[in-house]
Amino acid sequence: MIEQITEMFQHSFMIRAMIGGTLVSLCAALLGVSLVLKRYSMIGDGLSHVGFGALAVSTAMGASAPLEVAVPVVVIAAFLLLRISENSKIKGDAAIALISTSALAIGITVAQMSSGLNTDINSYLFGSIIAMSQRDVIFCSVLSVVILVLFVFFYNKIFAVTFDENFAKATGTKAGIFNMVIAILSALTVVVGMKMMGSMLISSLIIFPAIISMRICKRFKTVMITSAVVSIICFFVGLVISYLYGSPTGASIVIVNLCTLILFIIIERIKKVIIRK
Amino acid sequence: MSTELIKCENVSFSYDSLSVIRDLSFSVSSGDYLCIVGENGSGKSTLTKGILGLKSPTKGKIVKSPELRSDDVGYLPQQTPAQKDFPASVFEVVISGRLNSRGLRPFYSKKDKMMAHDNIRRLGIENLMYRSYRDLSGGQQQRVLLARALCAGKKLLILDEPVTGLDPIVTEEMYRLILELNRKEGISIIMVSHDITSAAKYADHILHLNFEKSFFGTTEDYIKSPMGRYFFSEEK
Ligand SMILES: Nc1ncnc2c1ncn2[C@@H]1O[C@H](COP(=O)(O)OP(=O)(O)OP(=O)(O)O)[C@@H](O)[C@H]1O
Ligand SMILES: [Mg+2]
Repeated sequence: MIEQITEMFQHSFMIRAMIGGTLVSLCAALLGVSLVLKRYSMIGDGLSHVGFGALAVSTAMGASAPLEVAVPVVVIAAFLLLRISENSKIKGDAAIALISTSALAIGITVAQMSSGLNTDINSYLFGSIIAMSQRDVIFCSVLSVVILVLFVFFYNKIFAVTFDENFAKATGTKAGIFNMVIAILSALTVVVGMKMMGSMLISSLIIFPAIISMRICKRFKTVMITSAVVSIICFFVGLVISYLYGSPTGASIVIVNLCTLILFIIIERIKKVIIRK
Repeated sequence: MSTELIKCENVSFSYDSLSVIRDLSFSVSSGDYLCIVGENGSGKSTLTKGILGLKSPTKGKIVKSPELRSDDVGYLPQQTPAQKDFPASVFEVVISGRLNSRGLRPFYSKKDKMMAHDNIRRLGIENLMYRSYRDLSGGQQQRVLLARALCAGKKLLILDEPVTGLDPIVTEEMYRLILELNRKEGISIIMVSHDITSAAKYADHILHLNFEKSFFGTTEDYIKSPMGRYFFSEEK
């Protein structure tokens, strides 16, 4: 087993997957806490579908660098989705579902109609372990530095805006800008993570770690830190499993996350029973 | 002696085409305790948002005295369901009230922390300090939010329905606390409430919002006015 794991890192694509994936997991986990607590987790899901649509259309049209097309489209979608969820909570839900399924439908149709793209569709939808390019890794590194700096220096403001937007605004914090920045960073994380995780599954990286850490942590700071740690560990375990057994990468990572969540729920239940006794 | 903190002159508020408040004038001076009452949808929350600068009036103007800086005003919003199970410690929530005086400096200073401690003590929630906000009862949460509001401002407190969902005893305690802040520490209060009887008992001024005709004046005048008489005869 140990041998196989050391062997794993002899492949340069695995090293790229490892570094890129760890960074994406970190970014997604930090942004996820804020998105989930603000009831914006649907945005992450919507973004990934729009990302798929953009990627499929631009590949079909023969764009040399489909990612460069996808990034601005998804960023614009982030603005739009945020506006929708801010304005009306209930209708917002439905509107996001409309946008994401439409983008998905357009993407699949365009990709199917233009010949010979079926394997690509599959890897866009469900991810691929060899998808991380050198450029993606650099992109991830820059993105995670930006996110880390933002979360360290503006931690208190992010807390205030996440906890109570109206109060933050009333006492002079520009909450709108923070929402925007978080939405844009989520868009970038989704686009770059999508290739490995698959657009169907990338939003799990945003949601699972936040939900898991919120179950066990009582303070916002520890929620953030635990979320990042849980996310990275689950990613690593999932990647190794995927390599050893040839299981689909994105799906393996999600399943590891799911198992972690179930484990935590069980521990929590047992703890409650013991305390009651 | 007492200076005028906020003066609203013929202000109107509307959402798109829906007009909510029309031609309203009133003022709040330092040391005042103003209660805003009115039925659901009469625009009480809208007005508080207007006073806080979260929503601009469609007509008229709200003049704030230069004495009243943005870090003098504390706000206790109507709680949202999302907040009730938020994973944060009480201390984290309370100290976030200090943010308005931080500007662009990212971290809290010793003074901010001391102030948070002071307000936690003032509201008698020291024993909750390291508990998680979501594990508290509604009344305890409301106290935490009041402590946060006090961290944000010490001249004027704007409270939007601070006693909703609290039991009668805790409600009474909350009212007493607010009254104490007003009388002992001279903090001006603007409170939105549905409880007209208590409003009349504690506040010295009443603003009764009504789309047709609003009332603004002292509590004594309110009880004698046709609007007040209607409510108080009904109570009896
Ligand atoms: N964001 C909004 N968009 C459109 N209309 C709104 C919005 N917020 C409030 N309204 C409308 O404005 C009116 C006044 O609402 P507001 O929340 O100020 O009432 P309120 O007096 O605080 O009511 P409550 O006692 O229920 O808290 C209502 O008719 C409401 O439908
Ligand atoms: Mg209201």
